[in-house]
Amino acid sequence: MQRIRLRYTKRGRLRFTSHRDFQRAFERALRRAEVPMAYSAGFTPHPKVSYANAAPTGTGSEAEYLEIQLTAARDPEKLRALLDESLPAGLDVIDAVEARTSGLADRLQASVWEIRLDQVAPAEAERAVAAFLEADTVEVERRTKNGLRTFDTRAAVARLEAFPPPSDRPGDGGCAILRLVVRHLTPAVRPDDVLSGLRATADLAPPVPAAVTRLAQGLLDEESGTVTDPLAPDREAAQAAPTAAAELTAAMAPEGPA
Amino acid sequence: MSVESVFPQLEALLPHVQKPIQYVGGELNSTVKDWNSCDVRWALMYPDAYEVGLPNQGVMILYEVLNEREGVLAERTYSVWPDLEELMRQHNVPQFTVDSHRPVSAFDVFGVSFSTELGYTNLLTALDLAGIPLDAADRTEDHPVVVAGGHAAFNPEPIADFIDCAVIGDGEQAVLDMTEIIRAWKAEGRPGGRDELLFRLARTGSVYVPKFYDVEYLADGRISRVVPNRSGVPWRVSKHTVMDLDEWPYPKQPLVPLAETVHERMSVEIFRGCTRGCRFCQAGMITRPVRERSITGIGEMVDKGLKATGFEEVGLLSLSSADHTEIGDIAKGLADRYEEDKIGLSLPSTRVDAFNIDLANELTRNGRRSGLTFAPEGGSERIRKVINKMVSEEDLIRTVATAYGNGWRQVKLYFMCGLPTETDDDVLQIADMATKVIAKGREVSGKNDIRCTVSIGGFVPKPHTPFQWAPQLSAEETDARLEKLRDKIRGDKKYGRSIGFRYHDGKPGIVEGLLSRGDRRVGAVIRAVYEDGGRFDGWREHFSYDRWMQCAERTLPAFGLDVDWYTTRERTYEEVLPWDHLDSGLDKDWLWEDWQDSLDETEVEDCRWTPCFDCGVCPQMQTEIQIGPTGRKLLPLSVK
Repeated sequence: MQRIRLRYTKRGRLRFTSHRDFQRAFERALRRAEVPMAYSAGFTPHPKVSYANAAPTGTGSEAEYLEIQLTAARDPEKLRALLDESLPAGLDVIDAVEARTSGLADRLQASVWEIRLDQVAPAEAERAVAAFLEADTVEVERRTKNGLRTFDTRAAVARLEAFPPPSDRPGDGGCAILRLVVRHLTPAVRPDDVLSGLRATADLAPPVPAAVTRLAQGLLDEESGTVTDPLAPDREAAQAAPTAAAELTAAMAPEGPA
Repeated sequence: MSVESVFPQLEALLPHVQKPIQYVGGELNSTVKDWNSCDVRWALMYPDAYEVGLPNQGVMILYEVLNEREGVLAERTYSVWPDLEELMRQHNVPQFTVDSHRPVSAFDVFGVSFSTELGYTNLLTALDLAGIPLDAADRTEDHPVVVAGGHAAFNPEPIADFIDCAVIGDGEQAVLDMTEIIRAWKAEGRPGGRDELLFRLARTGSVYVPKFYDVEYLADGRISRVVPNRSGVPWRVSKHTVMDLDEWPYPKQPLVPLAETVHERMSVEIFRGCTRGCRFCQAGMITRPVRERSITGIGEMVDKGLKATGFEEVGLLSLSSADHTEIGDIAKGLADRYEEDKIGLSLPSTRVDAFNIDLANELTRNGRRSGLTFAPEGGSERIRKVINKMVSEEDLIRTVATAYGNGWRQVKLYFMCGLPTETDDDVLQIADMATKVIAKGREVSGKNDIRCTVSIGGFVPKPHTPFQWAPQLSAEETDARLEKLRDKIRGDKKYGRSIGFRYHDGKPGIVEGLLSRGDRRVGAVIRAVYEDGGRFDGWREHFSYDRWMQCAERTLPAFGLDVDWYTTRERTYEEVLPWDHLDSGLDKDWLWEDWQDSLDETEVEDCRWTPCFDCGVCPQMQTEIQIGPTGRKLLPLSVK
């Protein structure tokens, strides 16, 4: 039984894919790619896939993670290429490692988000960011399944900065880029909650919907306010030990007839 | 001319609408071709929501057939939900294709496939959102040619004002023929403008252009005749028939949506046409003759299709799938091939008399035995003779006994209410049949927890069928009859709780009836309903019977007519029917005789196994029945 961890994206127009939509698409991609999946037991067996912490519908992402269980060992990089080929462009599989450690989900402590605010002057965004960071708490409201909830957004934000847009994508009528690091807490604070917070503290009201992208997820380094690659421990373990395929051969050899 | 994508404008609206994924395209196996390297461009529409329209086989086939051609491109568009429609109107975003988000108005052809008449208001919404004048007469050379297809196009008269032309029958070759005519006309520098192009299409005899035909009426409102108003235009327009399905193995690369849709499976049409001769069934009449796809052709399509899609279910489609001459070998072959891969097989239309347990066992080898569905259509032996659905009660009871005895727990039965000559008693016998099914089921299974669900809908007489002359039952009478049936089932102490009862009220059927057998004057009703906000008439939550009736009351009196005249009125032999100039191959006299036979409760056999009874299709269309057996088997794909 081999477990592979994959990093995938939701890019461009496919950011409107909901998590349920992605699950169906991914399971079909597994079939097309003829991946030797392990199935759950029971009346309607399902391929064993664990999804971690999916980004909201409409939000782009460069850093979504999942783990699959196989019945036969595969080279992670070859599997990655095969699955990437099998999924529609935009849902791209960009990294794969064999799971050699436990607790991938626990390592997804925080996310780095980028928010593009078209028709907002960078100076205005900077002023709002400063006001937000100065506050001890920034309460916002969001409608959930259980009605309107009020919660604090400030504590979840480990880092927040505003920039002018990159020179190759200047945008018409001004554009500001926010980069923020948000801790994964309960209740979850989403990037649009932070935007609500910026509106509440500094009247920042973007005239067009913000384009939100998750750039990274991982362990939060509180000192630097950065996020580390959650697949790094698996990669390090793989370098220190033989691969599962090699292990398999090694394990089987003594049992075989001499 | 370069045509810009409207995606940037659309993208800003998507965060505000339900299920935005349905508008973004990018489906697996979708095609985006270079606009400027193509000279004939089709926008194909299924006029319903994406979740219904995407799996439509007709659109999917034409999309692929057209895109395979050099210099031709086809993109898809679907009806947008009212939430997006409102935003598109506010922000001036036009009707767009999901493939590359180009405005529909920029294409050469706008092809709309109508499986049902209930898509007509959605056509008007799409035209208006596209900026294409609703009236064909107001269009210029710069607007696309609006062409209707699909089963409802066999009587396109109610939408004659809004379409430029209609194609009846199989579309595969037809769209390619149209493409060549359009290409030549464009290459010549569009001589004679739009009119000349439509004329070139019309003179082939296989594209119907309503504007080249005048409809003359009698004083009492009936049609006196339909006459070509231009020389060179044929009196009648013929349907298209593709003879060898193995030459058209489409869709080869079925679209795999990201959004959830109504059918999530790999569908293969195993044969086209049906000669069972059920008199209510328009599909069975207009798709004659029977043309089977070979067992090996089916095997290849399933193999390639599953590889291309990753679907976990295969649907073997046709009007009566168990009638394929080699269905047993097909089912067994596929079940053998995919046993390891957890692929399910389904046979959506199965006749009681064609059902056999070996076949059912093959179909459920990989899955559970939850339910079987049959359609006796009529509750009494007498009414089944009227409609020529030759299924006896003994057949049904024997079949369900086998099913319950082999582990099935649930049987669903479909019926119609409002059939010609029907009385309360014919409908009440449905309850008797259901109780016999339960009694037999309890007996053979030894269990009490088995169920039978009765599902019943109102009958709508359709053009090109023997019932095209029949009076439709009014909504009130339909509802009254269904209530009596419901009370009888509920009142049954011993079996009632094992019988589920689902029915549709008679109102939507009346609107469908108006549109099915309507003529050009019904266009005024459709327009009024659209202008009043009517959309998505196939959806219970959007459909408004009152709106349709109010709009009909506003528009039809100008012609001295009303809804009853179109629906509950019986037609006579002499009457010119609005679709008589559209040739489905069926001989009108044969249809009339079959209508008379039905009133005499005389049945007619299936011509697949008995001599020809001269319905007219084969000689008229120069076609013939194409059935097996080929005697071949599906071999394993590889040694595992």
